[in-house]
Amino acid sequence: MDIFVCILLFSGLFFLTAGSIGILRFPDFYSRLHPAGKLDTLGTLLAMLGLALFNLHHFSLGALLTSLKIMLIIIFVFVASPTATHAIVDAGVRAGLAPWTKGEKRR
Amino acid sequence: MLNKNEEKNLHNNQPETAPKNQSSFYFFPFLITFIVMFGIWMLLSGKFDPFHLSLGFISCAIVAFLSSDLLFPSPILKGKLTVFLRWLCYLPWLTIELYKANIHLVYLSLHPRMMDLIDPRIIKFKSTLDSELGLVTFANSITLTPGTITVNVSSDGDFKVHAIDKACADSLPGEMEIKIAKVFRKV
Repeated sequence: MDIFVCILLFSGLFFLTAGSIGILRFPDFYSRLHPAGKLDTLGTLLAMLGLALFNLHHFSLGALLTSLKIMLIIIFVFVASPTATHAIVDAGVRAGLAPWTKGEKRR
Repeated sequence: MLNKNEEKNLHNNQPETAPKNQSSFYFFPFLITFIVMFGIWMLLSGKFDPFHLSLGFISCAIVAFLSSDLLFPSPILKGKLTVFLRWLCYLPWLTIELYKANIHLVYLSLHPRMMDLIDPRIIKFKSTLDSELGLVTFANSITLTPGTITVNVSSDGDFKVHAIDKACADSLPGEMEIKIAKVFRKV
């Protein structure tokens, strides 16, 4: 059980770290949103799942309620993250920012 | 068969939503909203003594009475449950796809020659989905999955999508749209 929780937490952290590195390394606004929108979602999902499982270690009603609340966070992140990404992309398009294409200098 | 149903759906769209000024109280939407809200109340309060439960009961009843038409814009519940259950069955598949997409993206963002591998582009296509909920699900799924972000959706299904490389761009609309069309087809 503990090993499983550790795997979940560390893979979550791995995805979040890779997401941050991706945000720094990608060349422009739009491509930076790819790691921001996706890797963070999966990273949060895995880390939260790990926490919810870890919390059930000493089973009681209170612990179960806390785990269910963590699951609620997962659901909200799952809905809100793509929507927020979409809103940011839309703001970029409205402001008239042209996407980076292959061969250009990185911005 | 499917085409016929889709046409029917298009024609039914208008009358299905209840007119606003008509006094619109329907019991089953109210009941479902109430149950959902009371469940969340119990989950978030964590207190099960009669005082807190009755407080929750009263406030959930008031809010459900006022806003049950937000959760269910049309009072016709026939087939909603089936769609919901099929949507739940779609979620595990989406999670697996999310996992695959993320591994691809991690590979890209940690690759030393990342600038040679990516080839961002904006593609446009027209979706055959006709329900609004289907379009929203599709747009959010595109953003979550294969190296693509939805830039713009119009209500008649014109998609503008930013893709990180060519392989990702070619995979759209593809399998995901078929799956979502299956979820939201008429019962």
